Amino acid sequence: MKKENIKLVVVTAVVFITGAVMVYYVMENPTDSMVERMLSGENIWRAFREHLVIVGVSMAGALAVGIPGGILLSRPQFYYIGKIFENIVNVGQTVPSLAILALFYTILGLGFNTAVFAIWLYSILPILRNTFAGITSISDEVIESARGMGMSGRRILTRIELPLAAPIITAGIRTAIVINVGTATLATFIGAGGLGDLIVTGLSIRRNMIIITGAGLSALLAILLDFWIGQIKLRLVKW
Amino acid sequence: MIKIENLTKHFPGLDRPAVNKLSLEINEGEVCVLVGPSGCGKTTTMKMINRLHEPDGGEVYLNGKKASEMDEIDLRRGIGYVIQEIGLFPHMTIKDNIATVPRELGWDRERINKRVTELLDLMGLDPEIYSDRRPAALSGGQRQRVGVARALAADPPVMLMDEPFAAVDPITRARLQNEFLRILNKMDKTIIFVTHDINEAIKMGDKVAVLREGELVQHSTPEELLDAPANEFVAQLVGRNRSIKRLHLIRVEDIIEEDADKYSVAAGNGREDIKKKLSESKVGALMVIDEEGLLLGRVDEQSLEKEGETAGELADEIHDQVTADSTLNDSLSVMLESGEGYVPVVDEERGFFRDIITLQDLLQEVRQG
Repeated sequence: MKKENIKLVVVTAVVFITGAVMVYYVMENPTDSMVERMLSGENIWRAFREHLVIVGVSMAGALAVGIPGGILLSRPQFYYIGKIFENIVNVGQTVPSLAILALFYTILGLGFNTAVFAIWLYSILPILRNTFAGITSISDEVIESARGMGMSGRRILTRIELPLAAPIITAGIRTAIVINVGTATLATFIGAGGLGDLIVTGLSIRRNMIIITGAGLSALLAILLDFWIGQIKLRLVKW
Repeated sequence: MIKIENLTKHFPGLDRPAVNKLSLEINEGEVCVLVGPSGCGKTTTMKMINRLHEPDGGEVYLNGKKASEMDEIDLRRGIGYVIQEIGLFPHMTIKDNIATVPRELGWDRERINKRVTELLDLMGLDPEIYSDRRPAALSGGQRQRVGVARALAADPPVMLMDEPFAAVDPITRARLQNEFLRILNKMDKTIIFVTHDINEAIKMGDKVAVLREGELVQHSTPEELLDAPANEFVAQLVGRNRSIKRLHLIRVEDIIEEDADKYSVAAGNGREDIKKKLSESKVGALMVIDEEGLLLGRVDEQSLEKEGETAGELADEIHDQVTADSTLNDSLSVMLESGEGYVPVVDEERGFFRDIITLQDLLQEVRQG
């Protein structure tokens, strides 16, 4: 097996085993009956699954909008709009994630949809910004020589611009996914469930074991997804 | 072949046109150099030929066909395009870079591979070594060669070259220029070459077009440019030392006398032979060659004080040589660089020793001019 594949398998296995051992340990050694009820296999799995769905749906949506949006803004005719947008995004990113959730709660009400919508919006920003920045940072000479050799705009996009911007775009996706998994723990405040349920419940009844389980699982999820995207980049970007 | 008629380009926000009613005719197989100070419109003119810029007035004809009526993608695929080294695609291998246009044209894999190998050989880059490298792993000169190879890939009849040698050091530049001229001589390409360097223009061009503020000032052969500058501007561009400039026009092979015998000894010859021939050599040194005539080193009086019996054992290494297709100016640079009054001349293809060229030879040429 190739060295990079070994790394992929080993790190993935370590993260999975750490998660499994942690879950097994807290289920087998509950400190009292309240902890036992909160940390039942069924309850942990429900929170984890809800978390995954929020992350999955909002990330898929963010990729579907962020990358094409970034490409569109990088076209010469939209370049100035893109620059303005980049600034808006930078300001938008400074709004705390909890505030975003709270804001959309006042507009859209409680529930899963509000959480996914808010987190989606929040995750688009780094992807869109990096796609735009990645493409516009390619030197003019490279694009000009591609045009001069008779490549069409679409071919230049797929064969030159996207491959050259790939490292920056994937960096944006990694940023987005880490923010996304973290922000999804706040979804519990607007009744959308997720691993945040464990953390908030643990806090309110002062049971550290529950807090650590929720926090630990979401951290492991973030680490794993970030690592996977990094691995995808390694395989895509060979120069 | 290429006819430019009243070509005009006005960039928004500038008070004078970048190119103003420029007319120029370039014959088939000719190298036409556009030269002038920056901002004279030479690059803009060139980019209107493959329509990277659309003209505001006038027309470019390619073989009688209006460029403006051709499909711009087809037009560009039929014109080789070389810009400074940064134009290579950094994420692609050398092979993929060269294969760009053939791929766009839909050639099959086998044909592409064959063509890439052929071009790398032509450029003196070993395909085994360089095919799968990326541009970052190449030197400036090598990248430049790849750039030329890429433009030649689909064998276009016309080539546009925008300061192709500007980003490399002077020595490499002189070598690339000579190599490029050699390659060109084998092909029948019509070439538009843009440079701001008048020496390069004189050396590379069959015709030189001097531009100033978007207008054509003089279009003539390099000789005419030196002999009869059209006005003060051209005279200043060419400079006062015109007889030295003429050294760019003459090739070493045109003046050497093929006296390889007089200035060389075989590696197997002994001390007596060396002494005898040294006394006849007007530069006080001899070139040591092997059976095939390849240059191995040099011997002079001092080498005779060393241990050893044959010329091969006594020889010192040679660091400087010129190929027969170099210009006299190239050999002058090499002489100044090495501090010697002569430099050995070798065959540009097989590398065997042909003659030596001396400072006196150069002075004589300057005087005659």
